[in-house]
Amino acid sequence: MTTDRVSGSVLVLFALAVMWESRLLPLGTFRQPGPAYIPVLLGILLLVFGVSLVLTGGRAPRLSSVSWTEWRHALAILGTSMFSVIAIERLGYRLTVLLVLGFLVKVVERRGWALSLALAFGLSYGSFFLFYTILRVPLPQGPFGF
Amino acid sequence: MTETLHNLYLGFSVALSPGVLLYAFIGCVIGTLVGVLPGVGPLAGISLLLPVSFGLDATSAIVLLAGIYYGAMYGGSTTSILMRIPGEAASVMTCIDGYAMTRKGRAGPALAIAAVGSYVAGTLSIVALMFLAPPLASFALRFGPPEYFALLLLGLLVLAYMSGGSMLKSLAMAALGLFLGMIGIDPMTGFLRFSYGVIELGDGIGIVPVAVGLFGLSEILLTAGQPTASEVVRPRLRELLPSRAEWRDSFWPIGRGTVLGFLVGIIPGSAHIISSFVSYAVERRLSKHSERFGQGAIEGVAGPESANNSATSGAFVPMLALGVPSGPIPAVMIAAMMVHGIAPGPLLIAHQPELFWGFIASMYVGNLVLLILNLPLIGIFINVLRIPYPLLYPAILIFCVLGVYAVNGSVVDLGIMTAMGALGYMLRKFDFETAPVVLGLVLAPMMEMSFRQSLSMSSGSYGIFVNRPIALAMLIVGLALLLLGVVPFVMKRAAWRQRLGFSAQEKESA
Repeated sequence: MTTDRVSGSVLVLFALAVMWESRLLPLGTFRQPGPAYIPVLLGILLLVFGVSLVLTGGRAPRLSSVSWTEWRHALAILGTSMFSVIAIERLGYRLTVLLVLGFLVKVVERRGWALSLALAFGLSYGSFFLFYTILRVPLPQGPFGF
Repeated sequence: MTETLHNLYLGFSVALSPGVLLYAFIGCVIGTLVGVLPGVGPLAGISLLLPVSFGLDATSAIVLLAGIYYGAMYGGSTTSILMRIPGEAASVMTCIDGYAMTRKGRAGPALAIAAVGSYVAGTLSIVALMFLAPPLASFALRFGPPEYFALLLLGLLVLAYMSGGSMLKSLAMAALGLFLGMIGIDPMTGFLRFSYGVIELGDGIGIVPVAVGLFGLSEILLTAGQPTASEVVRPRLRELLPSRAEWRDSFWPIGRGTVLGFLVGIIPGSAHIISSFVSYAVERRLSKHSERFGQGAIEGVAGPESANNSATSGAFVPMLALGVPSGPIPAVMIAAMMVHGIAPGPLLIAHQPELFWGFIASMYVGNLVLLILNLPLIGIFINVLRIPYPLLYPAILIFCVLGVYAVNGSVVDLGIMTAMGALGYMLRKFDFETAPVVLGLVLAPMMEMSFRQSLSMSSGSYGIFVNRPIALAMLIVGLALLLLGVVPFVMKRAAWRQRLGFSAQEKESA
């Protein structure tokens, strides 16, 4: 299995999903396109591109040749990014940033406590002060006043 | 001519007022920093300061944001030359010969030529912008929906043709971007499309979360776990001066890069990235010693660096004269202008002369500020890169989160950024380009609208796209590019991209 064949197959599935979901909207006619017309057209294009990739992707690099050495870091960073989505309006900006930075520097990067705390506190309070207090960008504050 | 000079005088009186000058300076400094930091592109920098710009008057706001944009073009070259890390995507080609020069102990001249080339290209292209935008704007008053549709389609095809990898993949990504742009309310019928009850999606997917996710977050995901301990070379000021031969070798590449960058910049597309690729390929082809490319040829720094700066000004032409965003950054700047009640388009120059000419004049000033800022202060900016990446990337992640959240104050946007980060990571693993996705998203609403309006105008006849000469000409060019992209594919011949610049890049990375 090559990388192009895998990505082509994913594109085909996505294109089919787009077309399936577009059935809920009026398609309109060839001369008078409705809201689903362009999405369906794009779905067809994606399908064509996906099938072409599958057909021509025989000489692409093999799937096993893709290196995933950084997957642990990538997963941790994606996790913290998701955490910030959930937490930023519940815990407030400063506490969220504090936890994100603390986790990444202390747990993921295994740095010392002093450095981790200094960076986490400095950046969360510093950026809040700069953007909220000085530049007046509205940032959320949590229930604990952070 | 006299009128232009008179207008320019008006512009300079705006640009040199202390308030505007200060914002141009702040924009340039932030832009340079943003350009130096890998993973934070000009877009993340602009989105960080977008809410700040709402409180300013329209001219200061646009001057500040433009300062970040071209400041980042200067800053991006620094990391490429010294560390072989492109600070932002347009500097990828500078990495090849710029870093090779650093290894030969010629980092100083490489930085100096990059800064001088950027300055020359920046300044000359503003002259072109100044003379071209007003007549183009009056010409564009003749543009109707079919012409806009043809222009936008041409932009997407140019991007797909010019971008590095396979045209098939680029087109697929452009289609994906266009589809993302379909999400939200259909402006012609009011139907909600693909929003699944999420109120925020009714307004459509924002450009900032998608672009920061695809470019910024995915960059962190890819590089954070890599063992990168490259050493930072700190050039001394007296080592900055290029030799006479180096000046001579850079003269024409800077000139060609300027013209080329500007022309590529005018067409909607990810102008500054493509222009540097094309410029590198052209210089390599024209050089009598093409074997020096990849080994530290100064032409390989001078050309692309001039081209990407020139393209930045070029990209302002469609933005100011037509109201067409030529990429994600002009799109965000158009959004910022709209917040101030200004609609960019053919009438902008006539109705808001102080904004247009003040902006032009501030770009002259900004380029000078950047030249002064960059050469002597390069050592200071480089200190940012001495921070180990394991400590730098958490901070960059926070800037991405802050920038995306600040624009709308919406957690849905943060969710989109995270999803796009994951998507960008996978796409780059599988050798797809992410720029066409963002451009597709940027152009989708305007493209669909002009397509459907055209058909309404012609009572459903598709002939409207070929009966109007301007639209027809643009469609023919687009079709020709598509055929040019398909022919080598069918004939089983290597594409021109492989034969020119990219072979050098592959050799380098091998």
